[in-house]
Amino acid sequence: MFGTGLLKGLGVTLKHALDTFEDDRDSVPDRYRGSLELGNNRRVIQQPIDQEGLLTIQYPEEKRLLPERFRYIPMLIWDSEKQEDRCTACGICAKVCPPQCIWIVRDSDENGKPMTRCSDFYIDAAVCMSCSFCVEFCPFDAIKMNHDYELAVYDRYPQLVYDMAELTVPLEYYAALWPTQYEEEQARRKEEEEQKRKQEEEKAAKAAARAAAKSAAAAEESAGAAPRRSAAELQALAKERAAQRQAQAADGGGSEDDAAAAKRARMEELKRRAQERARARKAESGE
Amino acid sequence: MAEAPVSDLGLTPELADAVVGTWAEDTETAYVIAPDRILDVLTHLRDAQGYDFLSNLTCVDYQGYGGKLRGDVSERLEIVYNLYSTRRGGGSVALHVRVPEDDTVPTATSVYPGANLQEREVYDLYGIKFDGHPNLRRILLWDGFHGHPMRKDWHEAYYEEDAKPFRSRHPKGDYEFHEDKLPWAKNTTYPAGWDPDSWQEAVAYVPVSQAPQHENRPHLDTESIVVNLGPHHPSTHGVFRMLTRVEGETILALEPEMGYLHRNHEKIGERNTWLMNMPFTDRLDYLNSMSNNWAYALAVEKLAGIEVPERAEYLRVIMAEFTRIVNHAWSIGFILNDLGALQTPALYAIEEREMILDLFEAVSGARMMCNYMRFGGVVRDLPEGWHEQAAYLANERLPRALDELDRLLTENEILRARGRGVGYLAVEDLIALSVSGPMIRAGGLAYDIRKAEPYGIYDRFDFDIPTLPNSDIFDRYYIRLLEAKESVRILQQALRDMPEGEILGGRGGYTLRAPEGEVYGRLEAPKGELGFYLASDGKTQPWRYHIRSPSYINLNALGPMSVGYKVADAIVILGAIDIVLGEVDR
Repeated sequence: MFGTGLLKGLGVTLKHALDTFEDDRDSVPDRYRGSLELGNNRRVIQQPIDQEGLLTIQYPEEKRLLPERFRYIPMLIWDSEKQEDRCTACGICAKVCPPQCIWIVRDSDENGKPMTRCSDFYIDAAVCMSCSFCVEFCPFDAIKMNHDYELAVYDRYPQLVYDMAELTVPLEYYAALWPTQYEEEQARRKEEEEQKRKQEEEKAAKAAARAAAKSAAAAEESAGAAPRRSAAELQALAKERAAQRQAQAADGGGSEDDAAAAKRARMEELKRRAQERARARKAESGE
Repeated sequence: MAEAPVSDLGLTPELADAVVGTWAEDTETAYVIAPDRILDVLTHLRDAQGYDFLSNLTCVDYQGYGGKLRGDVSERLEIVYNLYSTRRGGGSVALHVRVPEDDTVPTATSVYPGANLQEREVYDLYGIKFDGHPNLRRILLWDGFHGHPMRKDWHEAYYEEDAKPFRSRHPKGDYEFHEDKLPWAKNTTYPAGWDPDSWQEAVAYVPVSQAPQHENRPHLDTESIVVNLGPHHPSTHGVFRMLTRVEGETILALEPEMGYLHRNHEKIGERNTWLMNMPFTDRLDYLNSMSNNWAYALAVEKLAGIEVPERAEYLRVIMAEFTRIVNHAWSIGFILNDLGALQTPALYAIEEREMILDLFEAVSGARMMCNYMRFGGVVRDLPEGWHEQAAYLANERLPRALDELDRLLTENEILRARGRGVGYLAVEDLIALSVSGPMIRAGGLAYDIRKAEPYGIYDRFDFDIPTLPNSDIFDRYYIRLLEAKESVRILQQALRDMPEGEILGGRGGYTLRAPEGEVYGRLEAPKGELGFYLASDGKTQPWRYHIRSPSYINLNALGPMSVGYKVADAIVILGAIDIVLGEVDR
């Protein structure tokens, strides 16, 4: 009969309406089962997987409970136990980043020697695609995914380009967001440290044993057989060498200076070549 | 060049000399065909060998190619054809045609009408002209776009280097604001003789641009007009335009216009390393990121010979089938939306989708941009309690919900009246137009890659390929419901049988260098055949990264299906193709 299909369908909508009504009337606490009460009508809701009827989350007062693995924008870990940044400026995260939104400035000491820490670290959050490759490939557990998704600002630049100060969070913050992973990681790190310590101990023990053996041998030598060269012979050798050096200095004029000058020139040449390469690269990339 | 073993093409003696050689014997055999003989070979393969389905047609630019395989080849561009048989199933025949820059190639549209959109894309992005193509215009880009962006010597607006990682990021990564680097004034050029101020888009497609001649109608003097449906949300599916000629409410001709969401995804893919492309595939068909991940991983694994552990195979099947249910629920909801049943069926259909997305979020960290698969497996194992929840969904909640959707809609008289007989196209025509997925199964052809050329572990599961006979809107709605039910069956088996163990095989990390060669990997995505054509020169980046996207190629059928129906029907016909513009425009 014409219309039975329609009626059947309307029956389904009626059932939904009743389910939702019942859910609303009787079981308000039930709807919020598993959710966190923050007081003042604010709560974090986990929708039960067997929820019947429709559930509306009243954002922003109510929010969804995020699973531990939720990933948004990366954050940098400040190791509160050791009082240092975990990041060693190795640059792996910047290399694996698909949209290339990570910029790392490696720190260097007063002689220009690179150090294993960064002086700045930028993430362009407007470009970040939340893929979490940086986290996956970081060998130092120094970068993790933050859960904070309310990042709206009026201007992209500079607000959405996070620098190191904005990115860094203490280890405890990470431990609270990612409890399971944090536990696993800590266990692994502890084990690794233990192993390292053991290895070092073993090394030290070996070195000590070697030193002991050596000194024992030396003692044996000095106590037993006579030295291969007498003290007088050694003195004679030293004199001979000093004479040689003097002779060299006399006939060479300033050969030592010459050598240093050659070294400097070579260094200059290398620097010049590097600059040339950099220029060529720039020209190539059309800047 | 080595003598080509052409026996498996079954070529007649007259055609044997059309094969000039073979390409990359190490990975998958491909035959190089002389450009002027390609039509003969295609016709022969279609008629005598049963290769009735032109799956993939694309182009590769080999300028500056560093590999060994093309030592003595001077032609710069290579067109690739991948043909399949829908009747027989099984693997593909790959044909290559080598042409110099700016040369013409005979169009394949006379043999496979489905080459239409794909040839237009190649023309747009590579500048190859197809001789005899009925409508050779740019498709993803506009007329004022200078150059062909997929050519290796074309550089994008914020070009830094050919390959990531960029040197400016580490160790001296002082942040630069990119938009300051290349202001538009210096960056924009137009094709020679092209003036942006005087330009007006012409209606070039002949069936739309020319009014048909009518026999005299004494009682009514009517005139047909050109109407743009879109470009904003003709049916809430994204930014897409249908250029139509209508007479009253009846559609006389229809031409899809797209590219509003084009971001040159494939060019980005050539700059990226192999692994970096994985999260980018999420953004193609953003409803089905798990299937996209899998399709890309499948192609790379085939190219690099990476093994996948048992548990990971099961996890992939589980995620892909959940994704199929998500997609079909969404699709059913929006077919109804397009019919005017606003929101209620859509909300009912996506209620379960929310539950599934919660599961995706718990396992991968994101609801839609999952980025879950890697070369050689999946990246994270299941969290605690996930398996129980998934089993509850698959065994209890989803079957009940799908039955409820069935009760809500299938017997609905309005849906039947609007859907029966609307948008009809014979299944043979659909195949010829390279249409794949639920569309052809709703026309009665049980062609599903999960059965025809099983990938992963699909040969272990007991499931059917549902088909319906009528090839109209109603069947296209109903086939999706039936397929979702089959997906539930697969899920139940997979969740029951999944073993413990490894989830990620050894060497698919960020330093992967795929061996030199080419590969075409495909799978049955919820919307149809999703394929990745990859070419490698042995470096850390793909040389060519092409996506055969079902949404895009299924649009071949939109025009032919809509002609003769009303404007309101055309909206539903588009809805029943089930497109996502992230995948159409790429």
